[in-house]
Amino acid sequence: MTALSALAAMLATTSHLALPRIAYLSILPVLILLGGAAAMLGASALSPRRLPTSASTTMAVLTALAALGASLAQWVDVRDHGPHVAVAGAVVQDGFSALVAVLVSAAMALSALVSDSWLRREEVGGPELQVLMLVSSAGAVVMAEANDLIVVFLGLEILSIALYVLAAFNAKREQSGEAGLKYFVLGAFSSAIFVYGIALVYGATGTTNLAQITDYLSRNVLLHEGVLLAGVALLLVGFAFKIAAVPFHLWTPDVYQGAPTPVTGFMAAVAKVGGFAALLRVFISSFGLLRTDWQPAVWVMAAVTLLLGALVALVQRDIKRMLAYSSINHAGFVLLGVQAATSRGVEAALYYLFTYSFMVIGAFAVISVVGGPDDAGHDLERYRGLARRAPWLALTLAVLLLAQAGIPFTTGFLAKLEVISAAVGAGSTALAVIAMVSAAVAAFFYLRVVLLMYSAGPGEQAMDGAVAHEENVAVGAGSGGVATAVTLAVPATSAVAISLCVGVTVLFGLWPAPLTGFAQLAHLLIP
Amino acid sequence: MTHDTAFPFLTVLVLLPAVAAVVVAAVPARLGASVQRRVVEAVGLGATLATLALAITITVRYQAGNGGFRLISDHMWAPQLGISWYLGVDGISLFLILMAALLFPLVLLAGDLRDNRSAVAWLLLLEAGCLGSFVALDLVLFFLFFEVTLVPVYFLMTGWGSGRRNYSAVKFFLYTFLGSAFLLVGIVAVAFVHEHQTGTLTFDLVALESTRLGTASQILLFLAFTAAFAVKAPVFPFHTWSPDAYADAPTSGSVVLAAVMAKMGTYGIIRFDLSLFPRAVVDLAPLLLSLGVAGILYGGIVACATRDLKRLVAYSSLSHLGFVVLGTFALTTQGLTGGVVQMVNHGLIIAVLFIVIGWIYERRGTWNASALRGLQRPAPILAGIFTLAMMAAVGLPGLNGFVGEFLVLIGTFVSHRWWAVVATAGVVLAALYLLWAYQQVFRHEPDPETAAVKDLSWREVAVVAPLVLVIIFLGVYPKPVLDRITPSVQRLVQQVDRATGTQAPAVSTGTTSAAGR
Repeated sequence: MTALSALAAMLATTSHLALPRIAYLSILPVLILLGGAAAMLGASALSPRRLPTSASTTMAVLTALAALGASLAQWVDVRDHGPHVAVAGAVVQDGFSALVAVLVSAAMALSALVSDSWLRREEVGGPELQVLMLVSSAGAVVMAEANDLIVVFLGLEILSIALYVLAAFNAKREQSGEAGLKYFVLGAFSSAIFVYGIALVYGATGTTNLAQITDYLSRNVLLHEGVLLAGVALLLVGFAFKIAAVPFHLWTPDVYQGAPTPVTGFMAAVAKVGGFAALLRVFISSFGLLRTDWQPAVWVMAAVTLLLGALVALVQRDIKRMLAYSSINHAGFVLLGVQAATSRGVEAALYYLFTYSFMVIGAFAVISVVGGPDDAGHDLERYRGLARRAPWLALTLAVLLLAQAGIPFTTGFLAKLEVISAAVGAGSTALAVIAMVSAAVAAFFYLRVVLLMYSAGPGEQAMDGAVAHEENVAVGAGSGGVATAVTLAVPATSAVAISLCVGVTVLFGLWPAPLTGFAQLAHLLIP
Repeated sequence: MTHDTAFPFLTVLVLLPAVAAVVVAAVPARLGASVQRRVVEAVGLGATLATLALAITITVRYQAGNGGFRLISDHMWAPQLGISWYLGVDGISLFLILMAALLFPLVLLAGDLRDNRSAVAWLLLLEAGCLGSFVALDLVLFFLFFEVTLVPVYFLMTGWGSGRRNYSAVKFFLYTFLGSAFLLVGIVAVAFVHEHQTGTLTFDLVALESTRLGTASQILLFLAFTAAFAVKAPVFPFHTWSPDAYADAPTSGSVVLAAVMAKMGTYGIIRFDLSLFPRAVVDLAPLLLSLGVAGILYGGIVACATRDLKRLVAYSSLSHLGFVVLGTFALTTQGLTGGVVQMVNHGLIIAVLFIVIGWIYERRGTWNASALRGLQRPAPILAGIFTLAMMAAVGLPGLNGFVGEFLVLIGTFVSHRWWAVVATAGVVLAALYLLWAYQQVFRHEPDPETAAVKDLSWREVAVVAPLVLVIIFLGVYPKPVLDRITPSVQRLVQQVDRATGTQAPAVSTGTTSAAGR
């Protein structure tokens, strides 16, 4: 009875609520991603046996592709009708949000394919991994289109909580649980800092809506802006945790190493994209007027991130840790675009994220295949002679790593050119020089992997000069997982994902116009 | 600056080897090893020879006279980024293209890698990159070609090199990559200053020449650009990667590195530094001249003390490239013409030297000069060819090396007397180390192992014959080459003079087809 009366009371209140008009297109990708996830859970609950992996992968990929379609529809809508806010000013529809949604959906589809091979190999049935990925992607899209700090936080939490579980997903592996816990503790800590930042900004401006903050700051001169600046600083720290910028990067290597490899690829792409998308919007749109205050901080953060990421990666023996530090270096490059605080910087940062996502998902897909059952073999030594055992895998990994190093005629080069241009255009030439020097350092560890893959494998006829690599390439001689000389079979779904990643990286490196043109339309509503 | 032809010669020149590289890489293995090898060899040779034919056609069509860019291809490539596919050729790049196009088929024929699928694919890609950097007139496009050459060289060295090849390959890659880091920032900075002044973002060299830059920013940008070029060339003291790389690369790699890729550095200085930063060039000329002279002397002295033939040639290369730097920064028509001629000549000579040394290694399994006594007795033709190339390197009149060095020294003497005087010592040093090497390798009674060495086969003679003929021809009759180079060089020197308000000494602007002719 009480339940009924409560329901009646609720209905009565609801009818008085002024519900905002909801332009469903503006949240369609989020709805599709969450709906797909719910449908997969429902199907799994209703089916008499565990849902076969093929079914869950198909559903996840279809959901991601549907979200991709919806994002493109958003993009067309923005192109034709211009950017606008929706759902009572809570979300914004502009080229930027649509493009991030496209990117996240594409990364989601690729990750679903990669995780399919992993699920089969590890014999983990059920749709949970891909469901969590879908939910996390939805969080990233929310972050990109949020027009209110509370909505940003909502997206951040949706993104993160799913990722905590994903990192700990491999229950058989101790490291995975440790990664999950570590990520959770530090992530929760950073969320708290972020919320405190929101509170301080609200205290200073009286609103959490990004457009209203902009408006407030442009109309008022704050005599005592300490509270506001403290809020901005805390928000920056919160974001820096998510995007793994130094000195808030400490979780990254452990989590990247411990998480299941397809999850690592997903995390490196989607979590970074979500974090950067919100960072760009909040800082450049809302706190654009304060740029002289936060630019120096971001400058320093970018410089340290670039150098530390590249230098520490040099001494790693585990390829996943190495790529974790390399992802920190890449985050530094994207920060160049943030630091520029111009529309060119936004485009460049987004283009960088776009191209990097494909490179990193592809690279981790290869690593997942090479790593073998239980993610056991990620020692660099395992890559010695890979070119003989699996020429196709070695070639694709070489392309993806060289692209990350910024070799011409790949998207990696154009991405670096874009952010360098943005930085130089904004007068941060010194930072641009630091970035390129760090790229040269980074080239060394990418090359080291390529070199290992193309040198004689263990137990093979040593070629002349093979003696030399022991001393020159700083890798311990086969103490870890020494690979056997069997050829590696590449699962079909991984092969498709890797081919797509390599294809995008090379094709749009040779023919840049479509993708750069696309990124150029990524304007923020409030530039 | 006219679109004087409908056929996109330069685009085809660059794309032909690149496409052939993809074709070679795609030759399926299931054809069977021998068929695959034959297909690879045929495609590789066919593509490089077709490229050579194209380069010859371009040279023939290029009439002496006006020094501007010809055979322009200009298409937007990445419009949002302001990058265009902008290619053109002038007297400065013309013969570098021809030299590169001539060397690649010979390199394929000379080595034993000509039917190896991956090696041929990498070499073809390398050819595309080298030719591309000589014809690119868009700065980013140039940078793309300039950088992309690193990858094939890296794989050629690690795959088919010798000695500490992995170490050398990584060292080479990182040094040049680091240098290029500054170049890229420099390129972007110039483009942005230009955008700031005119409102259009472009990397077009001809457009960027009109950018107004203050002396301080010119010097900074000049240093950024020159860092990359000086490493690539290499200019002393940025040369430390080069002896390792030249020594440990396979013959084909050494030839391309020393003959073609080294020229990308000096070419870059002439093409980009001189036209974009004339003020800085004039101000910093004494510094660069000194580095050039230091390179000439240092390379010569170390070469004297080196017994490893490949390293000896590597150091001699450093010495000879010093002359190119000297001629360039003399900033006179003769000096610069001499520098350009020296680039071509040095490429031809060092190719012969590396190829012949490669054959000596095939026969005797060593590069150590002291272990190779008396090679002349069993292999007179080999000795003869080596001697001729050596004499050309020393600068014997009548062979091509003389023309370039002489013009450089004259051109430098006119404007910077004392540098020229010191540099002349380099000529003496060259005679010293090369004659010493010659004596050790070819003179004396052969030991039994050396006595059993076979002389060059007719095929091997056929490979070096074209180079030898060109070396002699250019030594005797360099006029057609000078007539095409000089107008472009003059244009450049005048451009520098106009921009800096200096007047080059009267002697140098007097005669057109320069120097003692």
